[in-house]
Amino acid sequence: MISLLRALWIVFRRLFTPAATVQYPEEMPKLASRYRGRIVLTRDPDGQERCVACSLCAVVCPTDCIVLQKSEDESGRWYPEVFRINFSRCIYCGLCEEACPTEAIQLTPDFEMGEQDRHFMVYEKEHLLTDGPGKYPGYSFWHVAGKAIAGKDKREAQHEAPPIDIHSLLP
Amino acid sequence: MNGLGSAADIGGILGGAIVTAALMIWVERRLLAFWQERLGPNRVGPFGIMQVMADMVKLFFKDEWVPPFADRAVFVLAPTIAMLATLLGLSLIPFAPDVGVADLSFSLLCLLGLASLSVYSPLLAGYASHSKYPLLGGLRAAAQSFSYEVFMGLAAMGVVMQAGSLDLRVIVESQYRGWYIGPQLLGFVLFLIAAVAETRRAPFDLPEAEQELVAGFHTEYSGIKFGMFYVGEYIGILLNSALIVTLYLGGWWGPAFLPPLAWFLLKMAGFIVLYLLLRTSLPRPRYDQLMRFGWLVLLPLALVNLIGTAAWEVFS
Repeated sequence: MISLLRALWIVFRRLFTPAATVQYPEEMPKLASRYRGRIVLTRDPDGQERCVACSLCAVVCPTDCIVLQKSEDESGRWYPEVFRINFSRCIYCGLCEEACPTEAIQLTPDFEMGEQDRHFMVYEKEHLLTDGPGKYPGYSFWHVAGKAIAGKDKREAQHEAPPIDIHSLLP
Repeated sequence: MNGLGSAADIGGILGGAIVTAALMIWVERRLLAFWQERLGPNRVGPFGIMQVMADMVKLFFKDEWVPPFADRAVFVLAPTIAMLATLLGLSLIPFAPDVGVADLSFSLLCLLGLASLSVYSPLLAGYASHSKYPLLGGLRAAAQSFSYEVFMGLAAMGVVMQAGSLDLRVIVESQYRGWYIGPQLLGFVLFLIAAVAETRRAPFDLPEAEQELVAGFHTEYSGIKFGMFYVGEYIGILLNSALIVTLYLGGWWGPAFLPPLAWFLLKMAGFIVLYLLLRTSLPRPRYDQLMRFGWLVLLPLALVNLIGTAAWEVFS
């Protein structure tokens, strides 16, 4: 009996507390910076594409919504010549971001992707590619990786020792 | 004589009841939302008040489907009873000294009879739908009505004894000295519980328990027939609030700075909010718990109240 009256009072008291509702179109919800929304492809600090077309994201994708085709430019860097994400299948799980060895593919706090037609949900590379480095401002894969590209030979990457002269006896 | 039952009264009470019942759908949704820290429907019109219109348009344009296996005549009759019985009941309520439709010398009896009649609506709906969940809902409505009708009448008899009349108007007039909620506090609580059960609303919404019976007795109903059940339920709330105010809270009596009708409607509004609050905050009892509570706790209490009132009347 007392508990019932108490329940009534607790519920009635809520009349004077502000609502938790966020009135979305007028008022934007506060999204966390780690929110998993629209997927983008980011660039190096020097403005080059980060993606090396390793296909790990396409392999790990549980809904198989990522399609890409590897190519190689004249400097020896790998890049995707086609990169396509079908967002009508994407479940925004973020596994592609976790799988990416070069931090190229990233999920952003943007969910306003509604379209009238399904084929608008298929994003090509030019729709995915952004101008900035995303969540990792200083990171450049090619400058820490061991592979030789034009202007950077093997053993010339950051934190890498120069090649050992195998004919010298000095330590 | 004094404008009772005039065309203005009939039109005003009928139209006012239906419009208020429709508006209550919006009031309930918004109040429930506030009690749950939400906002509720606030988009259509100012404060979302036109949500009712949108809902009505939707109901009117829905497919009016009668299941091929249903008993067609009874199926159509059931929602009609839901609205008719409660609307007829409102005609017996004395809203103010000169506002009201019918003035019978046995209006309380007549009202209790109409209330019992309204039980036929879920009963017949459950039977006529000819499918399992509605039938279970109808059965529950019947059993539930057996449990509360008895002590509802007995609780009201305490007031009848004190007023010495079955005429609601006389009952209100006899509360000039003091409202019956004081001497009849036990009766008031009993009657309040019975009135909530009468409207078949939470926590006594066993006949339509959504979690167990889909929608209970009106599972097979759609379109405007469902709308009639829906509005009938809200008119039932209006009727029962008005009845409680009439019997226990002195009807139209109140300090003179407001007209009698305003006092009546204000008290009614208080009970309507209480109805909604009960619905939001209390869990639904189990089926057998409700019946045991009705027969073994509330009925003896109502009898004690009756005998106590009788003794008071005789010896004082």
